[in-house]
Amino acid sequence: MRISRRILAGLATASLAVTATSCGGGGTSGSFDDTVTVGILHSLSGTMAISESTLVDTEKMAIEEINAAGGVTVGGKSYKIEYIVEDGASDWPTFAEKSKKLIDQDGVPVVFGGWTSASRKAMLPVYESKDAFLYYPIQYEAQECSNNIFYTGATPNQQSEPATDFMYKRSPAAGGDFFLVGSDYVFPRTSNTITKAQVKQLGGKVVGEDYLPLGNTEVAPIISKIKKALPEGGIIINTLNGDQNVAFFKQIQDAGITPSSGYYVMNYSIAEEEISTIGPEFLEGHYGAWNYMMSIDTPASKKFAASFKKRWGADRVVADPQESAYNMVYLWKQAVEDAGTFDDNAVREALVGQTFDAPQGPVEVMPNHHLSQTVRIGEINAEGGFTILEETGVVLPQAWNQKHPSSKGFACDWTDPSKGEKYKL
Amino acid sequence: MELLLDSLFNGVAIGSVLLVAALGLAIVFGLMGVINLAHGELMMLGAYTTYVTQLIFKLPILKPFYNSYIIVSIFLAFIVSGVVGILLEKTIIRKLYGSPLETLLATWGVSLILQQFVRSVPLAYGTGLVISLLIGLFLPTTFPSKIKESINFKYFKFSSWLFAALTGVLTGNVISSSVSKLSRASARNVDVTAPSWMRGQVEIIGTAFPKTRLMIIVITLISVIAITLFLNQSAWGMRIRAVTQNRQMSDCLGISTEKVDIITFGIGSGLAGVAGVAVSLLGSVGPNVGGNYIVGCFMVVVLGGVGNLLGTVLASFGIGIMTDLIGAGRLLSIWPDMPLALSNIINFFATTSMARVMIFALIVIFLQFKPTGLFPQKGRMVEN
Repeated sequence: MRISRRILAGLATASLAVTATSCGGGGTSGSFDDTVTVGILHSLSGTMAISESTLVDTEKMAIEEINAAGGVTVGGKSYKIEYIVEDGASDWPTFAEKSKKLIDQDGVPVVFGGWTSASRKAMLPVYESKDAFLYYPIQYEAQECSNNIFYTGATPNQQSEPATDFMYKRSPAAGGDFFLVGSDYVFPRTSNTITKAQVKQLGGKVVGEDYLPLGNTEVAPIISKIKKALPEGGIIINTLNGDQNVAFFKQIQDAGITPSSGYYVMNYSIAEEEISTIGPEFLEGHYGAWNYMMSIDTPASKKFAASFKKRWGADRVVADPQESAYNMVYLWKQAVEDAGTFDDNAVREALVGQTFDAPQGPVEVMPNHHLSQTVRIGEINAEGGFTILEETGVVLPQAWNQKHPSSKGFACDWTDPSKGEKYKL
Repeated sequence: MELLLDSLFNGVAIGSVLLVAALGLAIVFGLMGVINLAHGELMMLGAYTTYVTQLIFKLPILKPFYNSYIIVSIFLAFIVSGVVGILLEKTIIRKLYGSPLETLLATWGVSLILQQFVRSVPLAYGTGLVISLLIGLFLPTTFPSKIKESINFKYFKFSSWLFAALTGVLTGNVISSSVSKLSRASARNVDVTAPSWMRGQVEIIGTAFPKTRLMIIVITLISVIAITLFLNQSAWGMRIRAVTQNRQMSDCLGISTEKVDIITFGIGSGLAGVAGVAVSLLGSVGPNVGGNYIVGCFMVVVLGGVGNLLGTVLASFGIGIMTDLIGAGRLLSIWPDMPLALSNIINFFATTSMARVMIFALIVIFLQFKPTGLFPQKGRMVEN
């Protein structure tokens, strides 16, 4: 009895010693002087998990890359970036709650997070009241400009406007009538309001629009409407969400609404990831508009795709939202290094004007906390990628859309205290 | 004429999706009075069965028969959902007969379990598990009655479950090693691609109809006819109707109500599986696919009158035709020069979201006047 107890005690000390050394090895290893912990907040469960987990993967990869290159250097000290991943659970109040936890309890200097506009709207008051900073990586409907959020996705004038222009002027259905289809929530409705104003300006006609309630996959009434409104073919602008696209494209193909019969669909929510889920055979010949497409033939783009595949598996793809997520981690690092501190207010000032050689090409942070970006129009090909047809120059972001009736003539500028969130141009 | 035909077809197409989904529930909820919130998930299992069957038919040995996989999957889906339904009845629902609130909560829990199951278990092993259940539940019933009545029957039962488990693990491993897509768990939605003969359109009397829609209508018709024949012509059908009308009396007359319950629930669940095949042809297959239909199913059964198949049929086609009439704004094209005020109202409701609101509102109003639905049940059960 006594012996065994002694052995046990010995074992315990030994194991303690092992843990102690391994702790020492893991904490501030090698060349780093200190560590800084950032927050990552996306849905890892629930309906949004499929999309949002790809962002977590990308953000982790960016952080690992930065660490491998020596970490963040602030005030002459090098910091290793560590992260805490929280699960927003596809539930908007949870996003707000976890934000509070990350800011108050973990004391992170920055949170990378969000996907849906609903989750962002839920988090916004938290960051504004605590004067903390959220980096948000998704293309969205804009009409918002917070001093406490940094938006690295496209605004409508960086995605839907050039796309509408392309469809009306240069697509095979040029000059044709428009039909707008979307899921029934804020992004499609706002985006379509802008599209309608733009089509009117261009001299075209929107002959119909319809919204599918989220979760509904019965597309038959919409198909009859499209056939009635566009009997000879035309342009369809699609802002459906996620799985509803599968139902939509399966059923319109069966109903004979295909490129070969003169119907061309322009999509704002279908990237490489979605193409592989829906199946290229349903999408071939339709269009998409993004800032980043995996088929961009530059060394930066190829390197981004290759490192992602190397890190997470050869069958994985990269798409526009992931590129935005990748950019924002690097932009934060640059801003922190320029500011020489992790303090929010100093970083915010240093952030505006930062440039980064992103996989899509150069991007720059504008005074309205959005990015200047390049816009690309691609045709979906049989291999499940985009054949890039057009590429704009760098397009400046409009936080307040100039075609939407409620925000026409307004802009946002956080570098000038007299202007701020929304001022008249 | 073409317009009318088109509208009628669309209405029937939408209605038949509702009907095939609600048919199983019409039996489980309508005849047995069990509020089964896991009905949608039994549909989901059917949809996943279609997906698994499709992948297995892509293997070299079965490749020549690939075009017929959809027919095979209808039968397999019936069996898979039926077996899971029977297990559900034997383990949970049986204990809760007569307490609807508890049934509701328990089946809601089961629906969550099933959703999470397909997210976190590789489909290959899921298939293996279903196969073991199938063998474990049915092998003992095939033994000669001499063994069944013997005191050692429990050992036979035990060894057949052991055999079932082994077979399940084995098939799971075989499938997992031969079809790589099934060997990993994934929360991602998957896709069923209809074989080439079912894609595109056919022309009937000058109007083009999508083939998948026709296929769903055919599946629905066959299911309705088969279940009607079964209930009205077969001996077990008669027993089911007898138990529905008066459980105690049937029990006294020597009908094994326990067996009747299992069979009824199994058939209802199996029909949910068939509905899953139909639904997989329209959209993607994911853990939430069934949840999207469950409300519609209950709506159809309640509107049709609980316990009445004809009511369910009429209610689903009624709702289908209304959805198309309102949602696609067809009234305007039927009567082009109606007064402006009226046409404005119709245009306001002529979107998919508003059509849904309108239809629910109409159903609520209808139920105010006929709370028991289109065809209220007459007889003793009503009095209880």
